[in-house]
Amino acid sequence: MKNKEVLFGLYDDEEVLLSAVKEAKSRHLDIMDVYSPFPVHGLDPLLGLSESRLHQAGFIYGAIGTLTAFLFMTWVFTRDWPLIFGGKPYWSVPAFIPIIFELTVLFASIGMVVTYYAINGQGPGVTNPVLDDRITDDKFCIAFEVNGANESTVSSFRNFLKDSGASEIRTKTI
Amino acid sequence: MSAIISPIREPLITGNKNYHQITEDICAPSERTPSLAWVVAFIVAVSFLSFGVFCILWTIWFGIGTWNLNRTVGWGWDITNFVWWIGIGHAGTLISAILLLFRQKWRTGVNRAAEAMTIFAVLCAALFPGIHVGRIWVVFYFFPYPNSRGPLWVNFNSPLLWDLFAISTYFTVSLLFWYTGLVPDFATLRDRASGLRKKLYNFLSFGWTGAAKHWLRFESLSLVLAGLATPLVLSVHTIVSFDFATSVIPGWHTTIFPPYFVAGAIFSGFAMVLTLMVITRKVLKLEDYITVEHIDSMNKVILLTGTIVGVAYLTELFIAWYSGYIYEQFAFMNRVQGIYWWAYVAMMSCNVLSPQIFWSSKMRRNVTVTFMMSIFVNIGMWFERFVIIPTTLARDYLPSSWSYYSPTWVEIGIFLGTLGIFFTMYLAFTRVAPVVAIAEVKAILKSAGNQYTGEHAKHSHAAPHGAEIKAH
Repeated sequence: MKNKEVLFGLYDDEEVLLSAVKEAKSRHLDIMDVYSPFPVHGLDPLLGLSESRLHQAGFIYGAIGTLTAFLFMTWVFTRDWPLIFGGKPYWSVPAFIPIIFELTVLFASIGMVVTYYAINGQGPGVTNPVLDDRITDDKFCIAFEVNGANESTVSSFRNFLKDSGASEIRTKTI
Repeated sequence: MSAIISPIREPLITGNKNYHQITEDICAPSERTPSLAWVVAFIVAVSFLSFGVFCILWTIWFGIGTWNLNRTVGWGWDITNFVWWIGIGHAGTLISAILLLFRQKWRTGVNRAAEAMTIFAVLCAALFPGIHVGRIWVVFYFFPYPNSRGPLWVNFNSPLLWDLFAISTYFTVSLLFWYTGLVPDFATLRDRASGLRKKLYNFLSFGWTGAAKHWLRFESLSLVLAGLATPLVLSVHTIVSFDFATSVIPGWHTTIFPPYFVAGAIFSGFAMVLTLMVITRKVLKLEDYITVEHIDSMNKVILLTGTIVGVAYLTELFIAWYSGYIYEQFAFMNRVQGIYWWAYVAMMSCNVLSPQIFWSSKMRRNVTVTFMMSIFVNIGMWFERFVIIPTTLARDYLPSSWSYYSPTWVEIGIFLGTLGIFFTMYLAFTRVAPVVAIAEVKAILKSAGNQYTGEHAKHSHAAPHGAEIKAH
């Protein structure tokens, strides 16, 4: 992957960060990403991030779990090896409910968590570039990509970071 | 950030913390060399663990005959311990999932440790079904897999099999939920570390960067997992209660069991959370994050669930009498007045009577009283399961088969061993991971920090400090 040159500013407070992101939007600056030590509420609409569709994926995984459990038990008790338990019918659906429920939850949870890490590009042993070690501590960061950007664009980014109250402005190649 | 904060709400983070101070305070325990108290506690826990392993091997080698179970009493300390541990696990999920759905901010101080406790308790619980069958080398018969015996499948209509599915699912989902929450905090540890430690946390933190989009997905995932874990946790103890309720034993065959077991599980789980938290906050100096306000809230849950359990005990007695069914009446008279009357007294006094002192807010906010109460409740809830299981079995339909059951040293040793496993894992956890969820505590600082809320608040939240440019 090609190296990225990143210009970024660090802010000390999430409220300063929020107003800075608003300011960037009004100046039509193209923000690469915003990093924070905890989720900052109100940030997503400003960045144009729509609600995650993870829960829709979760519903599908859950439905697969439901069907797997239901169809499998149906097949076992009506086709593969029908057995009578306690004088009940072979296809005793109410007794299937607990396992259907458990597998629904299991499939939905595992599916969502795996999807979540896959789309985030994260996983055991993955190393993603870190702009500054304090972003996971107490700094809030707005980053711009400046690969091959002309002088005036870079200086407009720089001026914005200065104006909007960034406590530090740095560049880093990642 | 624009949430309206009531000035009369008590702060959940004291000590005028800022974000950096929170990181420092919570990361510190895992970054310094362990204290003498930790080393001593760890040695004690590992000794118990080792003795437990010895007793388990003894059981496997010589067979279940080394336990005092007999033809009449087929379930003794093994299943009592199993239900006790599973119940303890429930508080972690309640705190992390149900309180997340209810937007209770005080969960952030205790959810991480409570979830860890859940996982360790479920592991201890899962041990018992595995060994109580006697022939552990064929324990894979539990699982539905294509086999050369037909294939003859497991009985999907049996509550014991539902239990297997419930507990495996519960363990897996709790682990995923817990670990997903840990990843951002491992990233915090990673960015403070160097050398081998950095490599370790780099592996554990999955390449977390704190990007806005990732936080968005993180919150979305947490919410849905909480939504899934909530019915799951209710289902787990419901299904555990089905192990008894679907049988035809008087005293077990009752419809009240599912809600009564779930309430009891939350009750005992909160007691164990309190036992751990009272020690943890003191030893790791986290009193600013796990405040008396947190303890007060948890004691309210103890009072509520303890009283629900009490109502369930009395309802059982009433229904036994009201049913007019002599076997049911006998089963309950036997619990109260029979050979195990002392277990019933221990259960009633620890679970129903003693929590009533928490009607007083002075008692709820007293750390010593809380600690002692949490131990009482742990004991009481163990006796509840003991009362339900061996007491009922020892006096069945035929007086000629009545018997008495008391454990052997092997059974006691296995129980002590699970305590050892539990505390060994908990102590290791306090060294490796942040005991309080760092990112979550930071996220509530401005609405629950003592400089922003409570009677001594310095800053009014209406005019945030440091905001320099006006929004357009």
